[in-house]
Amino acid sequence: MTTPAPVEILDFSTIFPEFVNADIRPGYSGWIINKDHLIEFATKLRDVYGYDLLTSVTGVDYLPDEKMEVVYHAFKTTGGSVLNYKVQVPRLDPIEIPSLVPVYPGVELQEREIWDLYGIVFTGHPDLRRILMWEGFAGHPLRKDWKEAYFEEENKPFKSRWPDGKIVQAENNNLFSDNIIYPTDFDPEKWIPEGEEALYGALAKYEYTNKDGIKSDNIVVNLGPQHPSTHGVFRVSAVLDGEIIANLKPVMGYLHRNHEKIGERNTYLQNMPYTDRLDYLSSLSNNFGYALAVEKLMNIEVPERAEYIRVIMAELNRITNHCMALGALFNDLGTFFTPLIYLLEERELILDIFEAVTGSRMMCNYFRFGGVARDLPAGTLEMIKGLAFERLPKKVDEIDRFMSENEIIRSRGIGQGVLSAEDAIKYSATGPLLRASGVPYDIRRADPYSIYERFDFDVAVRQNGDIFDRYMVRLDEMRQSIRIIQQAIKGLPGGEIQTGKPQYQVRVPAGESYGRVESPKGELGFYIISTGKPNPWRYHVRAPSFINLTPYGHMCVGQKIADIVAILGSIDIVLGEVDR
Amino acid sequence: MAVKDINTPGYEIPEEIEGQVAITTLDKIYNWGRSASVWPLMFALACCGIEYICAQASRFDLSRFGMEVTRPSPRQSDLMLVSGTVTKKMMPTIVRLYNQMPEPKYVIAMGACASGGGPFKEGYNVVSGVDRYIPVDVYIPGCPPTPQALINGLIKLQEKISNQSLKSVRWYQKGEDQVSIPVPILGPDLIDPRKIPLIKNHEAQEKLS
Amino acid sequence: MYGKGILKGLGVTLKRYIETYVDDIRWMGKRYYKAEGIAHRSSKDAKGIFTIQYPEEILPSPEEFRFLPFLVYDEGDNGEHTIRCTSCGICAKVCPPQCIWIVRTTNPATGRPIPDPSEFYIDADICMNCGLCAEYCPFDAIKMDHAYELASYSRNIMNLQTLSKSATYYEKIRPINATKENQARAAKLAARTAATIKTE
Repeated sequence: MTTPAPVEILDFSTIFPEFVNADIRPGYSGWIINKDHLIEFATKLRDVYGYDLLTSVTGVDYLPDEKMEVVYHAFKTTGGSVLNYKVQVPRLDPIEIPSLVPVYPGVELQEREIWDLYGIVFTGHPDLRRILMWEGFAGHPLRKDWKEAYFEEENKPFKSRWPDGKIVQAENNNLFSDNIIYPTDFDPEKWIPEGEEALYGALAKYEYTNKDGIKSDNIVVNLGPQHPSTHGVFRVSAVLDGEIIANLKPVMGYLHRNHEKIGERNTYLQNMPYTDRLDYLSSLSNNFGYALAVEKLMNIEVPERAEYIRVIMAELNRITNHCMALGALFNDLGTFFTPLIYLLEERELILDIFEAVTGSRMMCNYFRFGGVARDLPAGTLEMIKGLAFERLPKKVDEIDRFMSENEIIRSRGIGQGVLSAEDAIKYSATGPLLRASGVPYDIRRADPYSIYERFDFDVAVRQNGDIFDRYMVRLDEMRQSIRIIQQAIKGLPGGEIQTGKPQYQVRVPAGESYGRVESPKGELGFYIISTGKPNPWRYHVRAPSFINLTPYGHMCVGQKIADIVAILGSIDIVLGEVDR
Repeated sequence: MAVKDINTPGYEIPEEIEGQVAITTLDKIYNWGRSASVWPLMFALACCGIEYICAQASRFDLSRFGMEVTRPSPRQSDLMLVSGTVTKKMMPTIVRLYNQMPEPKYVIAMGACASGGGPFKEGYNVVSGVDRYIPVDVYIPGCPPTPQALINGLIKLQEKISNQSLKSVRWYQKGEDQVSIPVPILGPDLIDPRKIPLIKNHEAQEKLS
Repeated sequence: MYGKGILKGLGVTLKRYIETYVDDIRWMGKRYYKAEGIAHRSSKDAKGIFTIQYPEEILPSPEEFRFLPFLVYDEGDNGEHTIRCTSCGICAKVCPPQCIWIVRTTNPATGRPIPDPSEFYIDADICMNCGLCAEYCPFDAIKMDHAYELASYSRNIMNLQTLSKSATYYEKIRPINATKENQARAAKLAARTAATIKTE
């Protein structure tokens, strides 16, 4: 077992006294940077101090203080805990902050999201368009003074439900009996939809002369949003030169369900079932990340038995997720459903365990602040033992025998969709995508949370960074998960499963926290700001699938059009996370 | 449905040919052919779509009902199974797909989100149920409905199809064109072209007050 | 040899194909439509055909399974139904999408509240089956149901009549939890009567 390299705590306010101040708000940590020196600070952090992985960029609206803030979280690939720094600007339009895309290309999609939802302009961004809403939408929805059509009250629980809860459906309160508001003086007949000029302009459709001296034109092809191979409602716009891709841009937002806005209205406990629906294939990992973030703020300990149960559930979750991911990847590579059906059999048996323990196959809602909701019922531990010790190791070997030497998978996988190690770090990729390119960064080893330090397991790494390596990394991870489950079952103690009495109104002290877990898709982080009230002030999800899509265009240029589907399958995205 | 369910003779069949002849109504044969081979459109939006894939997989096999042929193209499918949250950005696409499906066509709203907005109903990008724009035949509650609940809903759809009659179905009426729904426009908020007079009326009233 | 990998894969498929027949023969008629057959097909030794043929074979739901909620009423000796719910409103406050509407009864003469719900609505098209209402109810009055065959031709809003089900039904679907709760309630009642006897 290796321990991460010790990180020395640096005091940046003495190293850069002109433009760095410590953040002294109660419960906060990190540094506040003057916006004119932001690029200089970020470059020094990356080159001199070794913080090469910038994983998360979020915006915050402090309406009472008349300020907008952008928060950055940076890590080192050699391991260690977070360094967060912020930029504050007054809340007067137009709000401008320099873009960090020249330093860390991975922030491209995240800065577009902050422009879309907050209205902060990033000067120097190569392509600043809306990403989750459509061009022409009125307003910036996550601002605190923007109210949606069905707005009832600022925070839940609503007073209209009890004790005089006459049922009124939300549609009947609205003028158009639907979830719609229009700006004043709006004439629907004179509205010309903006169309897709911004997107196609960004794709830079161009004429060029190829080597035969013939002037050629490129075609733009759209795949999706309804397509048998995109893993949900996801659209890809590609510029083609014959069969080869010249440029490619993903278009998302077709499943944007306003998770963060609803999260700011919910209480802390009410957010737990909503986190199930983020990455709906691995709901227990989402619960884990959210529980960690809030427990950091509340500063409470989790009993031993609950920790072991959490680890067992999280690793079983990793196996179900990889079953689905590999099955879908093989579908995209051309095997028509057979490996998917074999893998779904194993997934169904594990889902039976989830149903017996938590109550539901997919939306588990099992973790609580300070433990888990209920104990393992009688008989479920034998089910888990039977699967982990007898059935799953044999089945993983069977899939290996089935697919790994297959000539078609090899010729379509080896050497296609290559992402080098430096590119992966630059583009903020995490999870199996990063580890298949040769960077051994796994949060369970680099910055351990819960009780992962007690278990003996290896980090799965491959060197080439192509589609075949991403498949092999996931297979290795399934084997390591089985190892962890076997050790956890052997060491499971007795005891209670939750600290304190179960309460539905939790008191969370003021402050900020960033809790992250190694979810099956990458680094899943929750950034929560609390003001001491029952509802959070800001609730942001750092979604791995969303950020792993940043290098997608770069990986696809030069490949054939049939490969972009396979590359998307090897990145393994889930639309609930991409669009939140 | 076995052959004996279709055989409803009102006439005496002579004994020699009893095993070779079945007398039935044209409606029964028509509905038997349609309900036993519904082809769904390959259209999984969100979490309910994963339960749909599990229903197609080997544990709850949809091939037993004749529904394993999922077509990616709407021109070749009979059933649109809206599984997952319907957002405003996706609504024009869904209406276009519905218009492209040839008659006879059916829509099932699977899950709480497609039936009535679901837990995300209060969001600014969520449509409160797909039946605001397209007609729905069967509603299946649950979040997500288990594969058994989905199969129960499909059996209800099969019962609905079996009760239809050639004389009264929508697509054989004289003079009525296929139901074609105007595609919503993405404006400052979603615009339903059927509600444009209402919007203009509301704007005029606001100006007066 | 080129093609060895494909042949190895085809070998795996062939083995599984033969296993479907072998397993059928070994179980010889007891494999389908019987409870032990269903249990075999959902255990860790499952081999061969994996299909559970719903609706003819029903997979038994585990006790913790949660679908839509229901209200519990106790049955009295002469067939009267007393609803356990006191309209305290905790379930309406804890519900994440706020899909529960409760109207508390007021005494028309005095205007003081009576612990009984006069109207209780749950919009099943918003409910996300999370179970928080059942988890935090202090009176064991609202519990999560197992029934999932609820497809219909119209939208679903449930009111007090459609939501009420008897306590015997609750004990049938959740025996372990029901016995634990009944014991806890009996113990609390015994402690309270002992305390009142002491003070008298």
